[in-house]
Parts: sequence; structure tokens; C-alpha cells
Amino acid sequence: MTFLKPGEAPSGELCKRYSIVKDKRPVNLDIVGSMHLPVTAWISITHRITGVILFAAVAVLLWALDTSLAGPESFDTLRETLGSPVFKLVMWAVLAVLIYHGIAGVKHLIMDFGIGESMEGGVLGARIVIALSLLCSVVAGVWLW
Amino acid sequence: MVTAITSMGRSGLHDWLMQRVSAVIILAYVLYVGGVVASGVDYASWKALYSQTWMRIFSLLALLSFGAHAWVGLWSVFTDYLTERMLGAVGDKLRFLAQALSAVIMFTYIVWGIQILWGL
Repeated sequence: MTFLKPGEAPSGELCKRYSIVKDKRPVNLDIVGSMHLPVTAWISITHRITGVILFAAVAVLLWALDTSLAGPESFDTLRETLGSPVFKLVMWAVLAVLIYHGIAGVKHLIMDFGIGESMEGGVLGARIVIALSLLCSVVAGVWLW
Repeated sequence: MVTAITSMGRSGLHDWLMQRVSAVIILAYVLYVGGVVASGVDYASWKALYSQTWMRIFSLLALLSFGAHAWVGLWSVFTDYLTERMLGAVGDKLRFLAQALSAVIMFTYIVWGIQILWGL
């Protein structure tokens, strides 16, 4: 490829070949369509998705807190309800989402201190987030059951 | 066009800091309450914990932090995907609706949380 030196005006053949470069409109890279996203992008997107899920999940958590504090009978009923297979699964899902969002968030905080900001660091960080989240989710599941 | 008028503090740096400060508070609260629940609670000890003034303050602080945190987070998501560029003219209307709806939900969470914490 031929590059212009700083201050050099394009001319002749160069001007014809690179005339398209003058058009500075943004280009749609069709990221969603191609779906070849690096692991760092997947981590970012799932961090967002889990965040939106948690916003809804807080309704369940507030309901659980409300019920648990309403009285001894209410507390026991809640314990039984949460002990049922379906609710255990729901609670485990909420916990797994919370664990993932939290660990991915801590990765952000670590990166804010300038650690792991290179491409390799970002990929390694993303892999650590996945591994740690899976591990903690399994531990949470074992504890629940 | 997406503008910053619905962002948390009308400033990217302010939002960035709010997102992190609130995240640390929420993390501390989740770890603390998670630890309490994991160590086993009965009604008496659970009720006693939430009767303490410091626990109510800690809980409300976490809830308000969640409000700020969710607002910044949802703002980022909405202004990235519910836009004119992504969805055409309807994008801006959808984004306004989504933000209005999440604001109502957020407000409900906070009032509900205060009711629960102070046993109203």
C-alpha cells in the first residue's frame, strides 16, 4: 500500500485510487450479522444482558425480603416455597446471573486501575471471568441443593 | 439523535464514577447478606438483623445505589440499541418509553424497599 506523507497532497493515480477515502461517513460493519465476536465482546454483551435481567430480578428479591420479614409463619412459608424444585432453579439462575455480573464488574474495576488493558490482557481477563463465574455458579448450586 | 439529557449526571465522567461507587456498595451488601444467609438464619435472627438501624441504612444505601447503577446501565443499553440508527424513527420513541418505564419501576422499588425496611 502507498501512504501519503504528512502534509503531502494526493495527486494523479493516488488521488483516483483513494478518492473513496474522502468519504468519511460511518460504515456499517454488520457485527451482528457476521457474529464473529471476540471473547471480550461476548463478555461485554453478557454483562449488559445480565444487568438487564438483574433489574427485573430485584422485584423477586424485594418480594422475598418483604415476605421473610412479615412474620414467623410468612418466613417459614417462604423457606418452603424457595425450597421447591422450581423456585430453587429460579434462585440458582438469579444467583448465577448475579455472580457473573459481579465478577465481570470486578474485572472492570481492576481494568480501571490500568491492569490488563492490552488485547492479551483483555482476552485473559474475559476467560478468567468465564471460568470463575462457572466455578462460583456450580458452588452456589451445590450449596442450594 | 441520542443526547445526554437522560443520563444520570449529564456528564460521562460523573456517570462513570457513580457506576463504580454504586457497584462497590452493592457488592459489599450482596456479599454481606449472602454471607449471613449462607451461614444459616432463622426468623428471630433475620428479623433482629433488619431491626438494626445500621442495617436499614446499609440496605437503603444499597437500594439507592442500585437505582443509580441501574439508571446508568440501562441508559447505556437504551442509547446504544433503541436508537434512530438501529430502529428508524420509532427508535427514539421506544427509548423514551423504555426510560420512562424503568424510571417508574425504579421509583416503585425504592418506595417498596423503604416500606419493607421500616415495616410500614
